[in-house]
This record gives sequence, C-alpha cells and structure tokens, in this order.
Amino acid sequence: MTVSPAAGSTAGSMRPAASACPACIAAPAAERLAAAGDLKDARLMLSLPTAHCAVCITDVERELQRHEGVRSARVNLTLKRVSIEAEPGVSAEDLIGRLDRIGYEAHELDPGLLSATEADKRGRDILMRIGVAGFAMMNIMLLSIAVWAGAESTTRDLFHWISAAIALPTVIFAGQPFFVSAWNSLKGGRLGMDVPISLAILLASGISVYETMQHGHHAYFDAAVMLTFFLLVGRYLDYRTRAVARSAAEELAALEVPRASVLRGGEEVVVPVGQLVVGDLVRVRPGARVPADGIVTDGTSEMDRSLLTGESLPVWAGPGEVLSTGEVNLTGPLTLRVTAAGRDSSLHRMADLVATAESAKNRYTSLAERAARLYSPLVHLLSFSAFAFWMWKTGGDVRFAVNIAAAVLIITCPCALGLAVPAVVTAASGKLFRAGLLIKDGTALERLAEIDTVVFDKTGTLTMGAPEPENLADLDAADLAVAAALAGASSHPLARALAEAARLAGVVPAAVVDLREVPGYGIEGRFNGALVRLGRADWLGATPGTVTATHLQIGAAAPVSVRFADRLRPGADAAVAKFLAQGKAVHLVSGDVEGAVSALAERLGITRWRAGALPAEKAALVAELTASGAKVLMVGDGLNDTAALAGAHVSVSPASALDAARTASDIVLLGQDLAPVAEAVRVAVKARRRIKENFSISLLYNVVAVPIALAGLATPLAAALAMSMSSITVSLNSLRLK
Amino acid sequence: METLVYLIPISLFMGGVGLVAFFWTLKRRQYDDPKGDSERILSTEWDERPKP
Repeated sequence: MTVSPAAGSTAGSMRPAASACPACIAAPAAERLAAAGDLKDARLMLSLPTAHCAVCITDVERELQRHEGVRSARVNLTLKRVSIEAEPGVSAEDLIGRLDRIGYEAHELDPGLLSATEADKRGRDILMRIGVAGFAMMNIMLLSIAVWAGAESTTRDLFHWISAAIALPTVIFAGQPFFVSAWNSLKGGRLGMDVPISLAILLASGISVYETMQHGHHAYFDAAVMLTFFLLVGRYLDYRTRAVARSAAEELAALEVPRASVLRGGEEVVVPVGQLVVGDLVRVRPGARVPADGIVTDGTSEMDRSLLTGESLPVWAGPGEVLSTGEVNLTGPLTLRVTAAGRDSSLHRMADLVATAESAKNRYTSLAERAARLYSPLVHLLSFSAFAFWMWKTGGDVRFAVNIAAAVLIITCPCALGLAVPAVVTAASGKLFRAGLLIKDGTALERLAEIDTVVFDKTGTLTMGAPEPENLADLDAADLAVAAALAGASSHPLARALAEAARLAGVVPAAVVDLREVPGYGIEGRFNGALVRLGRADWLGATPGTVTATHLQIGAAAPVSVRFADRLRPGADAAVAKFLAQGKAVHLVSGDVEGAVSALAERLGITRWRAGALPAEKAALVAELTASGAKVLMVGDGLNDTAALAGAHVSVSPASALDAARTASDIVLLGQDLAPVAEAVRVAVKARRRIKENFSISLLYNVVAVPIALAGLATPLAAALAMSMSSITVSLNSLRLK
Repeated sequence: METLVYLIPISLFMGGVGLVAFFWTLKRRQYDDPKGDSERILSTEWDERPKP
C-alpha cells in the first residue's frame, strides 16, 4: 500500500493522472523540480490508452517531435505507451497538452526505469530458454522419428547418443525455472505443480541415458525436451500478462504530497511530510494538497474534498475549520496548525481501514491452484504405485518398473495444464487491454466471472468529477459576457468550467477591470463602473440551493445563479444498463449529499443507493453484502472507496483515481469510458468457461493415455503424441475466446 | 548410411544458425512491441529513407 504520503516520494517527476486536476499539482511539482537541483536529460513515459493503429503511431511521434527539446519519441503499441527522450526542462504536462489537442488522451507514467528494464530482462531470459528448448526439440525429434521408423542396433544407439548430447545441456539450461521453483516449494514443505514437472523432466532424462547405455529400445529425450518447451511457453505467457499489467499499474504516477512548507521561527522551511509534528504551522498554497490534519489559523479558501469524501461541492474553509490530509486547497493561501501527522493522520487511519479489509478477505485460490493441489499428489501416487506394482509383478525388475513409472510421470505431466490457464488469461487480458482495461492480478479475471453484485461510487466514477454549467441559456448575453470575464480570472474549478463553457459557446468576455479574487468566496471586479461579483451564495446574499451553483451579481441587481452538474462519465449509463441486463444487483454508494446521489441514481435506473456514506460505511456495506453470500464488484476512485475496493471480491478503479485506490483495486480502467467494465465481466465469464474446457481436454487425454502407460504399453512415440496433441488442442481452444 | 556422417552435422549446424539468429533478434529487442511493429509497416513515414 502506498497510502502514506512519504511513500510517494520515490521518483523525481511524479504527477497525478492528468484528468484529476492539473492545477492542483503545479505547486508541488515546481517545488520538486527545483529540489532536483542538477538537470539531467528527461526520460518521460506517457500512457496512451486510446492509441491503436499505424496512424496513431505516426501522429503521436510526429507531434511530440515537433515539441521543442524532444529528441526522440517512440510509441510502443503493445504496451500502449510512448517513451520520450528530451532535453531537461521538457515537462510531461506540456506534452500531454499537445497530445490532447490532436485528440490523444495521455497520462504520465513514472518511468521507474529500473523495474522496467528488470522486467524486460526476465521476459527475454524465458524467451531465450524457449528458443533453446525449441531448437533442441526439433533436432531430437528428427532423430527420434528415425528411431520410431525402425532404426536398429548401432544406428539407434548412435541416434540416442546424439539426442542425449543435445538434450542434457538443454534440459539443464532451459529447465532451470522449474527446478528452482520446485526446490523452493519443497523447502517450504509444499508440493507445487513444479515438483512433478521437475521430477518428470529429470527422471525422463536419467532413464533415457541409462537405457542408451544399456542399448535399450526406448529413450525419452524428446519427451523431456518437449515437456520443457511447452511448459516454458505457458510460463512465458503467464509472465508476460503479469508484467504488462504490473508495470503499467504501478507506474501511474502518485498523487501524495511528499513535502510541506512549515513556518519555523517566522521562516518558511520545506520539509518532507514525514517530519511534520503536531503543533507545526503549515502553509498550504492554492492548488496544493493539505499535507497533514489540522485546524486553519489564518486565511480563507475553498477545499475540494471530492477524492476523499465524494462530495462534489467545494467546501468553505476559514479560521477554526478542521481540514484532513489530502484535501485540495482551491483559491486562497491557508495556514494550518497540525493536529495529527504521520501515523495518526486521517490518511493513515484510512490505510488501517484498508489493511483490515484486506486481511478480512479470504485469499482466493485460483482454478489452477485448485487443480494443482489435486493433481500433484495424485500424479506422484499413481507413478509410485505403478512402480510398486511392476516390482511385485516382475519379481524385482527395477529397470522395467522405473521405466513404467517414468512413462506415467511423463504422460500425466501437466503440459496442457500448464498452458490451460496462461493461454486463456493472455487471450482475455489482451482483449480487455485493447478495450482499455488493465488486469493487475492474475486471478482477477476468474473472480470477475463470479460476481453477482456491483457497487458503484458516484463522484469520479460514474461521473467525471468535473462540474459543467447547466443553465447558461438562462443568462442573457450581457450577463454571460461579464460572468465569462470574471470566471476567466479564477482557477476555482467552477469558475474554470464556466469560462470554458462560455468560450465554447462563443461568448466574448466583457471588459471587466480591477479583477480581484476573494479567497474562499469568489471573484469581483468593475464593469462600466458597477461592482460585479461571482461566487458563493452567502457572499452575495443569494439563497443557497441544494445543487452545486455559483452566483453572479451585477451592481445592485439580484444575484443570478449558474447551476452546475457533474457530467456523467462516458459509457456510465451503458455500463449500468448492461449490468442490470445481466441480472446483477447494482448499488450506488456515495459520500455526496442526498440530492445529487438520488438524481443520478434515478437517471441511471439504480434503485439501491445510499448517500452521505463514510469510508467505513462503504466498506461495511461491501462486507455486509459479502457476508450475505454476494460476490461484489466494487468500482470506485476515491480514498474513501479504498477500503471498500480492498474488501470487495474484485474491484475496478479508473486511471484518474487516487494512487491508493488504484493500488487496492484489481483492475484499472485506462480510458475515460466506463462501458468496457460491463464487457469485461462477459469476457471473464467466457474465459473461465475456456479454462474449464481446457482442464477437461487435458483430463481426457490423461484418461486415455494413463491406463496405457500403467499397463506398460506406452512408447516414447505415444508419450510425444499425447503431449503435443493435448498442448496444441488447449492452445487452440484458448484462441477461440471472442 | 555413410551420408549420415554429413547430414546430421549439417542439420545440427542449420538449426544452430536459426538459434543464433533468434538470439540476435532477442538482443535487438524485436519482441518488445509486436503489435506496433506490425502496424508500422503500414506507415509511409520512413519509406523514402531509413530513420536517422
């Protein structure tokens, strides 16, 4: 968990996902840039969730290269990201803005170069082993076919020796991942899937060498190498799915403030938040996050709490008001007396809540684990009883009995089983990745397939978390021009939304002079000699309504209100409709006020909703539903959702969510569109069906082949056939996933 | 049967060449972006001259 603010300070150029609130982070980002001191060439990494074709590649690369200071830009379409080499001083924000203008959504990724190259190395390592195993397999197979076709005596021995010369080094090199993992699981006292695999590979090689020395007829070199090859392919698919997900999910940059400016002896000192103590006086500039819980001692402003509590309306703050860690200061500078820092802060209490939720959740055993648990002991038992039976039957012919035992191990070896899950998961997560969903956890797909209840958060999840003016048409043109001029001078989110809407409507701002922001209240100026003001209802003497609104007053005229609605996230209605059509129970839980929640619930057709929910209540609702037997999918983005996300059977959060929420969830939504979430459930159900089919297929092969092996009739040819046929059938079946 | 003396080493050698070629592609990171590479051939961007 990276809930603690200090944990966010690992890399130099961190910034939140672009859509959160670009101004919020300008201040800390500049601070960090200055603190970085020596300037190095920038290496930036941007995520491009919407890129999908050749045109996108050239568009993005060309546009980025046009930016001054950019040396090179290369898009990786597989990972949907672009890496940029640039001169120092080129900021990701400018590049994101540039891409936004040509229609590409982009988020900054923390390059975390070390982990990225490290991951690459492991992937290429497995690929190299696959290459070696494949080369050896083909060559040995050529020789084996000659033997099966009837090569006799010296020729057969020669072929066996050549096979041995190729197979032994190959098995030693390529089989290492299995040997290591089998050894580790044995040391831990467990019988993992890799134990029978390693045993089969080693036994097959050993017995074949012995048989060759004894001029025997049967050698299993091809089986040993083929086993290694197919299982490595499964291992690689598994690794690749996880590597893609892990790197992208972890590198979405963090939001927490690493530093705070403290007033000590009348001077402002910048310290890491970890060093704050109770009683410190902290300065919080407009646009910055509150670094610790505290009481305002000086200044007035408005606070954005949407990510913490789900409230969409900014809250007024002035002397005596209590603020919690993580709130965003919108308009005026504030001085804060710290009442709780570090472990005691509300952020940490939230983290504790998450930890509790996580520990309460049962660890999910995946289908593959369940299969392995059943499989490993069974295989060992079968092979050992075959050995014992033939020892007794032949009156102590060890060579014959070991041969049978080895054949049983080779034939039952979970080639297809090793491919059954990774192949399907790769196909499914690749499909979902193209739809804009990142599966962070391998078992998330399986869990997603089981859900019957969906719990949505409101602000930032079903809605964009960004307000839009609703009733601009009610204002006459002159008023609108004044409002646009006033709004254009403020960085308050409502003002910015109003200015943007006015600009899009083609309104030319009026010539308002003497513009002045009154922190915590609004903005005022003079127009044609009259005082004009835009701001909070109580400041202008208007009656506050239940919906988000700002008010405009011109001279002594009665204030006009501009109402705002939080825009629905694209695809939100489609997603909810699909879930309802699939027969899932849909809940809406929000920390926002009742009016806003009920309106949205009605609009989307959600009948079960709850407003004003505290973080603990959200988690409790999820726990309650789980206790009543429901499998809950939680979709949320705020810190207040984190505990619920962690406690749910499976959870989804948008890329714009807080770092902590993304860490707690199993699936990250890369684009803005929410519709793929419902689609993901459908794909997950299908994927699970394919996995089960694959298990049945490999079981079927075993049912046919094992009795043959037990009876002592299995030849290396039969083993090779059973193994390759089942592996290929399973892989083809996985590709059917639509 | 004497031909085997030539044929087996030749087949092993040819397989070895393939393996070395595979190592080379691996080293040149040709498997990092399979999807992007398959799309890039459709772009006319660097048709006139190679990328500097």
